[in-house]
This record gives sequence, structure tokens and C-alpha cells, in this order.
Amino acid sequence: MEAVLQLNNVHKVFNEGTPDEKIALNHVNLQLNQGDFVTVIGSNGAGKSTLMNLVSGVLLPDVGEVKVETKKVTYLPEYKRAEMIGRVFQDPMAGTSPTMTIEENLALAYSRDKRRTLKKGVTKKRKEYFKDVLETLHLGLENRLSAKVGLLSGGERQALSLLMATFTEPSILLLDEHTAALDPSRAELITSLTKEIVERYQLTTIMVTHNMQQALDLGNRLIMMDKGQIILEVDEEKKRTLTIDHLMQEFKSIRGTSLTSDRALLS
Amino acid sequence: MFTALFGAFESGIIYAIMALGVYLSFRILDFPDLTVDGSFVTGAATAAILIVNGVNPFTATIIAMLAGFVAGCLTGILHTVGKINTLLSGILMMIALYSINLRIMGRSNVPLLNTESVFTHVSDFWGKIGIDSALNSMLVAIGLGDSLPRTWGILLFMFVITFVIKFLTDFFLRTEIGLALRATGDNQRMIRSFAANTNVMIVLGLGLSNAMVALSGSLIAQQGGFADVGMGIGMIVIGLASVIIGEALFGTKTIARTTLAVIGGSIIYRIVVTLALRVEFFEPGDVKMITAFIVILALVLPKFIDGYKERKRKGRRQAEYRKAVGVPEEGNGGSSASIK
Repeated sequence: MEAVLQLNNVHKVFNEGTPDEKIALNHVNLQLNQGDFVTVIGSNGAGKSTLMNLVSGVLLPDVGEVKVETKKVTYLPEYKRAEMIGRVFQDPMAGTSPTMTIEENLALAYSRDKRRTLKKGVTKKRKEYFKDVLETLHLGLENRLSAKVGLLSGGERQALSLLMATFTEPSILLLDEHTAALDPSRAELITSLTKEIVERYQLTTIMVTHNMQQALDLGNRLIMMDKGQIILEVDEEKKRTLTIDHLMQEFKSIRGTSLTSDRALLS
Repeated sequence: MFTALFGAFESGIIYAIMALGVYLSFRILDFPDLTVDGSFVTGAATAAILIVNGVNPFTATIIAMLAGFVAGCLTGILHTVGKINTLLSGILMMIALYSINLRIMGRSNVPLLNTESVFTHVSDFWGKIGIDSALNSMLVAIGLGDSLPRTWGILLFMFVITFVIKFLTDFFLRTEIGLALRATGDNQRMIRSFAANTNVMIVLGLGLSNAMVALSGSLIAQQGGFADVGMGIGMIVIGLASVIIGEALFGTKTIARTTLAVIGGSIIYRIVVTLALRVEFFEPGDVKMITAFIVILALVLPKFIDGYKERKRKGRRQAEYRKAVGVPEEGNGGSSASIK
């Protein structure tokens, strides 16, 4: 199998040399093969977001290297890496441009891995294509191509963000608690859409979540993080039989304390 | 009166190009760019000094535009590479441009009387066609014959130029690069995640914006017959006035509609100022104060009107509710007393 993403010995410290010094990631190694869908759980401050930010290039590591496919991207700026990496954020407002229309937003996403030119962003041909991909969301957005995105509900916006992040088939998809800000029924919708889309495009995916059930339901691998380290890795075979209780016990036996995250317990 | 309004219309349409530039930076990029005060003069100074030295006025105007483009790009670089706050990078550029403009002109004022300009070319050409006399005779026919404009050529020429720029702007903002530019003003984090370099977008956007401003400045200099180092003072406020008035009066439904509104706003601003100055109390020096007042009015009035409408709507609902429930009309204290 071919590695799509490799993190080798990645280390990141915040506020180094001050009393607030915090090791966000402690020499982490992680490898994702083509088509892997890894769910990441862990309490607040475990380093989940830092991990995502190092992959996407928002942050650069102090030590170690990041490889996407065979390319070393450790110091590649965020916007260049974005050609290969699709992202959906927690905040439904963050993934779209509110004053622009649905079709214009899709056109922005469509240009991700292409050179942007002085040709029209929304052409007739693209419109047809956008309609086709929007139909897969089953939200009726294909009939509202020229509606401003700011008028959509949070769930609709997040569904659109998910579509925009994926329909150009990036090498890696990063989902950073992308259902956490939605009400339960909308969250469920986005979860099932995520499953559908990742399967359709065979995307290599990392999903951070606080929802343990979601972490168990989705993906073929699971990792648990704590204090900047990956403390548990579950492979495909083991993950099928895993339950929330198992996960809690595992955490306890590794760390000697119980997993203390109200949000994790609640869900 | 007619001559004054005609003049207001004519300069309004030239200043509209500047307003379009301000719209691009202020609204599209969400970057309050004060470079405008300087780059307007840069355009005027560059064109004036080139024309005085015998350069073809059309070439001079294009070079003036380029100078504005460079000035805007520098502001963008100050902000993106130098990480200086938006307002401050504009102010720094504006103040630096004051000296640069003086250097370009070599003195504080360059008169352009008796030199050729873009407009003398247009007027000459226009004179040969002879449409002026036809239009003027129409005016005479409707009883405005006592104050005929010198030529209609400039007005119509400027209409064409301004609208060409409007349509180019509309088109540009729908291209792939244009969409990325708009997204940069809207949601930088998002557009970076779609592989656009937001720094390049900001520099490009400010460059284009200030190129328009400089073009407007060079045309104003040629129309007015001089370039002066102080002619750009308050230009950003005039640009804002045009954008805000236009948006409030003509709407912002689409980009094309908004750019049209900005042009309309610029013309209306000129007319309002012209009319205000005809009031005996005001002196020519009061223009800036009148401008500030117009902007304040245009900013405050829509909110006030919305608030009034909202109150009225609520009042109506409340009355309907009372009617439906059968509660008699009460004073203000009534409902709160019953809650207690």
C-alpha cells in the first residue's frame, strides 16, 4: 500500500521558553494509506487540532517532517498545500463565502488544484456540473445555484462546505469537528453525507471528533490522543468490535485516570 | 443653474472612476485604503508633468494609471509582508505619496492651460461631427437656451470611459481570479483552504483600486487644467460618500447593480455639493464639511429609517394581537404591571 500522508517524528511546542510553554505534539508518527479514514479522539488540549494544523500548514512543526504522497510539504505554505488537502471546519460560517452565491462558492472550490485565470468562474458547462454534484446532497440546493450562501442554514452551509472540500477529490480530507456546532439531526445528516462522500471518492481522511459514537461508526481506523501523543491506535479489524466502554477502559489502563471530557462522555 | 448642474454631472462621472476604485478596496476587499488621498494626486501629477513635457495625453494618462497601480501594490505589500494594520499601511503610503507627488511635479502646482489634453482631442473630434449644435438647439427649444454648455463631447466621452471601466470591473469580479479576490475580502481562512494566495489577492486588489483612482485623478487634472499637490485631500471620504449614497439609493443586489449604484452615487454627490454651495451661507471652503455631513447622513439615516419601520411593524403586530385576544388598548405601563 502506498502512503498518502506521513508524519515523521513531528514535534511542536507553543510559547517555548516562557512559563506558558506547552508541548502540543510530542514526537508524533502517523501514516495514512490510500483510502484510510482515521477518526481522532481525545480530551481538550490533547493535540488533535495541532495535528490537523500541521497537516494543513496553518502551523509549521519545530522538528520532524510532513509528507503528502511522495512530496515533502513540511515547510510548504498553507495555500500551496491546499491544492492537495480539503478541509471542513467546525464553524459552519468558516467554510464558505457568505456574500457570494452557491455557484460562485463552488467555482472557488473547483479552482483548487488549477491555475486561476481571467476566464469566467461560473460557465454554463460548470453550472451543469455543479448541479450534478449538489444533487448528491439531497438538500435541493441544486435549484438555488444563484442564492447567496449567507442565506443558507448552518446545516446547509456545512453540507456545502463538505461538498466544496471534497468534489475536486483532494489527496487528503481533514474534518475538524465538523458536526460539533450543529444540532443533533443536522449533525446526523452531515455524518451520513460524510460517510457517503468519503466512500464515493475513496478519500484518505482524518476526522477529529468529540463524539465517540461517531468516531466508532465512521472510518476504518481510530487513534486516541492525550497530552500531545497518540496513546492508542486501533486498526480496521479491532475497530469493528470496539465499543465506547472499551475505549474508556483502554484510556484508564494507559493513563491511570479516567477520560475526563464532559463533551466526550455526553455523546 | 443648468451650467452648474451640467458641470456637476461632468465631474461626477469622472470622479465615479475613483469611487469605483474605493468600492473595490473598501467593499470587495474589506480594506479601508487611505492611499486614495495620495494616489489620486499621483495620477494627476504624473499625467500633468508628462503632458507639459510633450507626451501624448493618452499615453500620459495610461502611465498615470500605472503609477497608481504601483502605489496601491506598495500599500498591499506593507500590509501583507510588513504585517502593518490596514488603516496604518494606507496612511503611511498616503503621507509618503505627498512627498513623491511633489517630486514628480517639481513644484506644488502644474498648470495645464493651453496644453493639449485627452479632452481637447475629444472636443476637436467632437466639433468636427457637429452634434453639439444639434443638442444645443434642442435645449434652446425647451427654453434653456441662455446657458449652453461648451461641449457635450466630454460628458459623453466620460460616460463611455466610466462605463467601460464599470463593465470591465463587473467582468473581472466574475473571473476565477476575481472570485478569489472577492472571497479574500469575505473569508480569508476559507479561500486559503482552496489554494488561493490571499496576500497576492490583496496586493492585486489594492493595485487595481488605486490604478482607477489615479486614472480619475489624471482626468480631473486635465479637465480642470491643473494638478495640485493638495487636490487629493479628503478624496477617500468623497469616494466613500459616493459608494454609500449609491448603495443606499440604488441597491446592492448584484455586483453589476452595485457598480452602477456607485457611479450614480458619485454624480448625486456632486449635484448635492453643487446645490449646497449655491446656498448663500456656504463658502467654497465648506465643501469638506458638507461632504462629511453627507457621509454621516448617508450612514445614519438608513439605520434610523430601518429602526423606525421596525418599531412601526412591531406596534402593528402588538395591536393585532391585542385585538385578537380582546385586551383593550393600554398605556405603556399596563403590560409591565401585569407581569409583576
